[in-house]
Amino acid sequence: MRTAVDVLMVGVGGQGTVMASDILAEAALAEGFDVKKSDALGMSQRGGSVVSQVRLGTKIFSPMVKKGEADILLGFEKLEAARWAGHLRSHGLAIINDQAIPPFSVSSGSEKYPPDELVLDLLHRKTERVFFVQGMALAQEAGTTKALNAAMLGFLSVLIDVINKGAWLESLTRALPARLLDLNLVAFEMGRQAAEAARKPLERGT
Amino acid sequence: MRIMKKLLSGNEALALGAYHAGVRVAAAYPGTPSTEILEALAGYPGIYTEWSTNEKVALEVALGAALGGVRAMSSMKHVGLNVAADPFFGASVTGIQGGLVVVSADDPGMHSSQNEQDNRHYARFAKVPMLEPSDSQEAYDLIILAFALSEEFDTPVLFRTTTRISHCKTVVEAPDNLAPKVGEARFVRNPSKYVMVPGYARPRHRAMEERMERLAAYSEVFQYNRVIPGEPKLGIVASGVAFQYAREVFSDASFLKLTMTYPLPAELVRRFASSVERVIVVEELDPFLEDSIRALGIPVEGKSLFPIVGELSTEVVEEGGRKGGLLPPAPTPWGRGWRQDSVQVAVEVGCLPTEVGATATQRRLQSADPAGQGKCDAQPGDGAAASLPLRPPVLCPGCPHSACSFALRRLGFYRSMPTSGQADGGKLPGSMRPSGLIVTSDIGCYTLAVYQPLLALDTCVCMGASIGMALGMEKAGIQNTVVAVIGDSTFLHTGIPALVDVVYNQGRTTVIILDNETTAMTGHQGHPGMGVNARGQKTTKVCLEDLCRGIGIKDVHVVDAFDMEQVSATIQGCVARDEPSVIIVRGDCPLHVRAPGEPFAVRQEDCDGCNTCLRVGCPALVRVGNKVTIDPTMCVGGNCDVCAQVCPREAIVLGSQIEARVQGPGSRVGLMESEELVGGCPRDVGVDVPRPEEKE
Ligand SMILES: Cc1ncc(C[n+]2csc(CCOP(=O)(O)OP(=O)(O)O)c2C)c(N)n1
Ligand code: SF4
Ligand code: SF4
Repeated sequence: MRTAVDVLMVGVGGQGTVMASDILAEAALAEGFDVKKSDALGMSQRGGSVVSQVRLGTKIFSPMVKKGEADILLGFEKLEAARWAGHLRSHGLAIINDQAIPPFSVSSGSEKYPPDELVLDLLHRKTERVFFVQGMALAQEAGTTKALNAAMLGFLSVLIDVINKGAWLESLTRALPARLLDLNLVAFEMGRQAAEAARKPLERGT
Repeated sequence: MRIMKKLLSGNEALALGAYHAGVRVAAAYPGTPSTEILEALAGYPGIYTEWSTNEKVALEVALGAALGGVRAMSSMKHVGLNVAADPFFGASVTGIQGGLVVVSADDPGMHSSQNEQDNRHYARFAKVPMLEPSDSQEAYDLIILAFALSEEFDTPVLFRTTTRISHCKTVVEAPDNLAPKVGEARFVRNPSKYVMVPGYARPRHRAMEERMERLAAYSEVFQYNRVIPGEPKLGIVASGVAFQYAREVFSDASFLKLTMTYPLPAELVRRFASSVERVIVVEELDPFLEDSIRALGIPVEGKSLFPIVGELSTEVVEEGGRKGGLLPPAPTPWGRGWRQDSVQVAVEVGCLPTEVGATATQRRLQSADPAGQGKCDAQPGDGAAASLPLRPPVLCPGCPHSACSFALRRLGFYRSMPTSGQADGGKLPGSMRPSGLIVTSDIGCYTLAVYQPLLALDTCVCMGASIGMALGMEKAGIQNTVVAVIGDSTFLHTGIPALVDVVYNQGRTTVIILDNETTAMTGHQGHPGMGVNARGQKTTKVCLEDLCRGIGIKDVHVVDAFDMEQVSATIQGCVARDEPSVIIVRGDCPLHVRAPGEPFAVRQEDCDGCNTCLRVGCPALVRVGNKVTIDPTMCVGGNCDVCAQVCPREAIVLGSQIEARVQGPGSRVGLMESEELVGGCPRDVGVDVPRPEEKE
């Protein structure tokens, strides 16, 4: 029987993916979980794909999420989410920022960015539970697109209910520089509200 | 003493442990995945930390400190130990006074390396003990023990991590406010131990062998080499991160977890082997443990089940387990569908709300495509997911390496590599026009110019190799002109002796030093040419042009990295001269020091879609329809106007000029003309070339 919750965060260098995964990991640690996390570092700074993996549970061995076992895929970018869709377990939860950042082969015109239908199709092969989040709009509304990761975490925080809101806030406060904290807390709250709103109609339906 | 509980990367834990162990001197050269060790150490009080010019120097600094009686450490990536091999072997002969630990961070899977050598062999080769942690807690605990071990056995200790150990964060419990005890520096003369002339070295070899015997006995009782009892049917021997994967996969098996992996505790292994029915070694890369265990006469399996190439993972270990009949066959990936039980598990763990389903739009889409039930799992590497466009790392917007790489490409290949002889009128693939430059390159951000669209480089082997290889090609009688390209940090690391060689042996090589005033690739560490030390303080700056002139190069140029015409003309001038030349291409890395300026934009009515600017490889340039636009949030402007310089129609101007409807800057056709001279084709925009393999 599985005793871990596996979260995969994927995005593009510069989107704040690694920091988001750090904030989740610290929050989980504060809640008393054993935590291991792994980041694909190296050349991610140069606009490459970024993957962070967080595992929390009673006792964790491997620091890496197994293919087809991720409970949650938090995608900061659609193409990256599509690329990693196969890592989700069946019926896993996909939370995707509705943003496209074309890689060089696309911006130079030699390849096409995958259409939304394909992104969804790839996700739907694994799960019916796919949420698209207007993360950039939320962050913008909070005051800066740099708060995208806080907005995404806000959304996640509603759906991953083993971590209390207090632990999230504490972790955010520790990770962020004081001058950016308020904006990020607003973005986090907006992400939470978006998740509550997305969740409501479903609850009514059952 | 308060104990704190923290999430630390292996590198951070290692640094904390070294600090608590009272390390006094730490020297390193940056290299993934080892870099953060010294960065973290530089934050602790009372430790002298330095970025050395290369790993050999780093280890020599640490050795000197250790002979001076204090605890010292040197950390490097796996290939760094090749550079430092000479002092490493030497230190094994002399032994130490204060504890000396050499950290080698290996990179199985080559996340950011040029090879995946297994540095465990160095322990046996140099006859030193080796410790391998399998998480951050062990990294912390073991590094403290490593110093003690070093002093007790009068030997350097090899401390080997891998990318997953160095970079993964796991929980560490450690004292919060420990005041480390730092030893007094005191050198005690002992020429027969520290001056290795043959007469003194011979008895030292005997001492080394005796030391290994004592260490082998110690390894038997070393508390971190331990048996974890389980089912006697299967006995797993593992170390490092492979132990974690194996624990996950073979949860019921008996385990022998090895932490001192050299010398091996032979008796412990024998006892363990006799207590289980089948012995399997799970290890990354070479069969290092497996071969040693087999040499003890114990039947053992390992590499027949697990790959020798690349890093392991839970999946790979599982696959090996199935191959060896240790696990039931895999559920077929085809038609597995959604697993109900995992939802149940997630709910039990409390992770997921029970009633979260598809939103309205998704339902609509699902009814068009009934949710993919029964389709294959979409994994990177199969089907539709594999056909998604890749996102390889690229040069940043405003990178000082772009213009030079662009110029080199123009002077290099006649056109993008033809895929077959036929396509190019019978010429061999990759054939060059006789006047085309060959570019021997080196390791750094600029190596990314091997990719689309720059395709500017011909070789890259190891740090510092570019210059010697260029000279070798010249001496071999290659008719094409050869140019060596090397970064500033790399030049200082191992480029200097090769440049001396060029001068001494009458080469006529042109060496281009890409001087972005930082070690960018590994995260902007200081180096001598930058004049900033490991703690970020200002220090004496080594002037590259003076250095080159001092070596004896007469033809030294310093050019602006963002002036394409100057860069290109200087290269052409230098390669024509019958003497060695150095061109220092100087321009700051925008990620590091530059504040962004006003972004550029493409005047759409002037753009005819020739795509010449896309050749620069700046990610801010985006093709939209038949024309190019510039993403104003990515363009850094300021010093950089490289795309504007290459646009044959002068369609690229400052964003504000478009809004104000002002005419663009003066003519910049110089480059285009010079290209015609060398027969380049300014419109050979290569979106048609085969994609180079993904590689870092
Ligand atoms: C022996 C060795 N040590 C360290 C490294 C890691 N490494 C790769 S490139 C690089 C630095 C390159 O700096 P520089 O030459 O200034 O080029 P930049 O990245 O700044 O363009 C380092 C340290 C290596 N590959 N080999
Ligand atoms: S980090 Fe600096 S040197 Fe490296 S690719 Fe980016 S801009 Fe160029
Ligand atoms: S000026 Fe051109 S090349 Fe330079 S950063 Fe802007 S778009 Fe890129």
